[in-house]
Amino acid sequence: MNVLRFILEKEFRQIFRDKTILAMMFALPTIQLIVLPLAMNFDVNHVNLAIVDHDHSTYSQKLISKIGSSGYFRIVSVDESFKEALFRIEKEEADLVLEVPPGFERNLVREGVQKIGVSVDAINGTKAAIGGSYLNAIIRDFSADIDLNQTAVLSKIPATGNIDITFSNWFNPRAESRYYLVPGILVILLTMIGGFMAALNIVKEKETGTIEQINVTPIKKWEFILGKLIPFWVIGMVVFTVGLLVCRIVYGISPAGNIGLMYGFAAIYLVALLGFGLLISTYSDNQIQAMFVAFFFMMIFMLMSGLFTSVESMPAWARTMSNLTPVTHFIRVVRMIVLKGSGFSDVQMEFLYIILFAVFLNGWAILNYKKTS
Amino acid sequence: MNQLSTFIKKEFLHVFRDRRTLLIMFGLPVVQILLFGYAMTSEVKNARIMISDQAQDVQTRQIIAKLKTSAYFIVSEGHMGAAEMEDEFKRGDLKCAVIFPSGFGNDLFHTGKAQLQLIADGSDPNTAKTIINYITAIVGDYQQQIAPGAGLPYRIAPETRMLYNEEGNGSLNFIPGVMALILMIVCTALTSVSIVKEKELGTMEVLLASPFKPVMVLISKAVPYLVLSLANFTLIILLAVFVLDVEIKGSIALLFLESTLYIVTCLSLGLLISNITSSQQTALLLSMMGMMIPTLIFTGFMFPLENMPLVFQIISHAVPARWYFIIIKTVMLKGLGFQYVWKETLILASMTGALLGIALKNFKTRLQ
Repeated sequence: MNVLRFILEKEFRQIFRDKTILAMMFALPTIQLIVLPLAMNFDVNHVNLAIVDHDHSTYSQKLISKIGSSGYFRIVSVDESFKEALFRIEKEEADLVLEVPPGFERNLVREGVQKIGVSVDAINGTKAAIGGSYLNAIIRDFSADIDLNQTAVLSKIPATGNIDITFSNWFNPRAESRYYLVPGILVILLTMIGGFMAALNIVKEKETGTIEQINVTPIKKWEFILGKLIPFWVIGMVVFTVGLLVCRIVYGISPAGNIGLMYGFAAIYLVALLGFGLLISTYSDNQIQAMFVAFFFMMIFMLMSGLFTSVESMPAWARTMSNLTPVTHFIRVVRMIVLKGSGFSDVQMEFLYIILFAVFLNGWAILNYKKTS
Repeated sequence: MNQLSTFIKKEFLHVFRDRRTLLIMFGLPVVQILLFGYAMTSEVKNARIMISDQAQDVQTRQIIAKLKTSAYFIVSEGHMGAAEMEDEFKRGDLKCAVIFPSGFGNDLFHTGKAQLQLIADGSDPNTAKTIINYITAIVGDYQQQIAPGAGLPYRIAPETRMLYNEEGNGSLNFIPGVMALILMIVCTALTSVSIVKEKELGTMEVLLASPFKPVMVLISKAVPYLVLSLANFTLIILLAVFVLDVEIKGSIALLFLESTLYIVTCLSLGLLISNITSSQQTALLLSMMGMMIPTLIFTGFMFPLENMPLVFQIISHAVPARWYFIIIKTVMLKGLGFQYVWKETLILASMTGALLGIALKNFKTRLQ
């Protein structure tokens, strides 16, 4: 035990000596946690719309003002020709073009059916899709409005078949995406800090040659690995705490569930993550390599973890892959505990997973670390 | 010139010696493109929904049958109280509960109005919204079916045209973003580290003491990464065209020129980082953690820029990837010419000039 204490003392001293790194370890995640959720806004509410009105009728005017007042669209221009509007799309000024054909009002009143042209910039996928569906909904609404105005005259709508759908969002009544994103980002940032730092650590000793000095001492493998692990584990827990405080202070998100449970999971998660970092570190020859390999996996973890898109919607092979990454489980647990207040019985499977990861990754790292070169 | 080529050769040797980094460098775009192309989807599929049918009549059966055949949902049925339902939500996989109150069909036909209640798991608001929209559409469909006469007397039918992307190929959305991201990471991180490494190991002193001009040291550092980045760029383009069926509409030469400009911008950024840092760890952390997420966010490829707070929109102007992203979209996917991107090109070029200027000015040729 004495040996371990000395190694720990050395590691902590090394960490505290480099003030830049120390500051970055805390400043980068804190700043990013404050900034990113503000930037990551899935809610599309500023779709730029160019309108071409060939009809200039009361109905087309009504439709345009209805779209303008919906709050989702910013009408950038009302042009005379489609060409002008298309030019606006090319210049990235507009995302959608709504083209009201000539005779719009006349045809609508006479025939009851009228087409209307919507052109979307389909390269801008999310915006185009969401903007397009908003626009369709408004147009549908508009058709219904005309109906209401006319029902007195026509009164031919049978009363049957009106299904009224009411919906509510539990755990997040206003369906705000920050409640979903902030805990996820916290996990990713913690993972990046922990993973990168751990990955770089042993390699640094390799590169500067100091590892050989350690190898010739009677320090045991597990003592060495543990000595590397514990300092970063402590730092990770501190970063996690800082992150939770940021969530609380900046976003007003405080866990609905048991904080102790979350810390318990974070503690095991960090062990698994650091084990992963150390594993990379034992395989790499220099810091660039370690960083790049770590980055490679971080990228996969981040994309597959369900931070941005839901895991259930992925194809089966991707879901399996997603379940094999520790980050996925941590994000899931943090979201469950923070938002829904899930208890231990709800997350026990995740605990099992993460313990397996921790044992497996650390076991492998210890096996792979050779004291002889 | 001869000296320069010797130095460039030395740098190339350094790069090629480290096979693993090289592998990752080219593996990154491959994996990213495959994941973005095949695994990530903003659609919702296989969402677990639970139906509580308290009416058990013909109408509810019909609607449930419709929901069951939809590929979006995995449907289960059962009766649940509020407390049980909350437990189910807390366990995590249930996304939405659909509740038909008793007497649903009866109400529908006799009073002309029936209630359907949806309770969604709002902890994932996007999925919740999408599921509610899907169910609303399916139920709306059913309404049309049972009472075709109830269709609105006036119907405006929007005809949607997908400009630039008639087949609705989802890959077009992320390819430019992936390109901007990969080139940024590879160039900036590798350049900065390769210089700081010489500093850290002390070999920089040897280089500076040699009669070789310090600027040449920097140039010889940058050349291999420029070449590798161009190779990487070519790889991404090939993958996009042959694996994801992306059609390149614009001029390939222009695309290459613009990309070279962007790569030089990233290299200059790398040089700058290497000047202000003294250890590989700091340089790596700065260029990876500090650059990756902002590039991901501020290019507008995952999140629309217009939605961000004004401060961020202003900040995003300073991110080179943002301009490159626009250029690539315009040239590669829309097939437009230089006259549409000259402004962005100019901005990128001035950024490069400024970065390079600062980097060279701060480059210390003497040891403390």
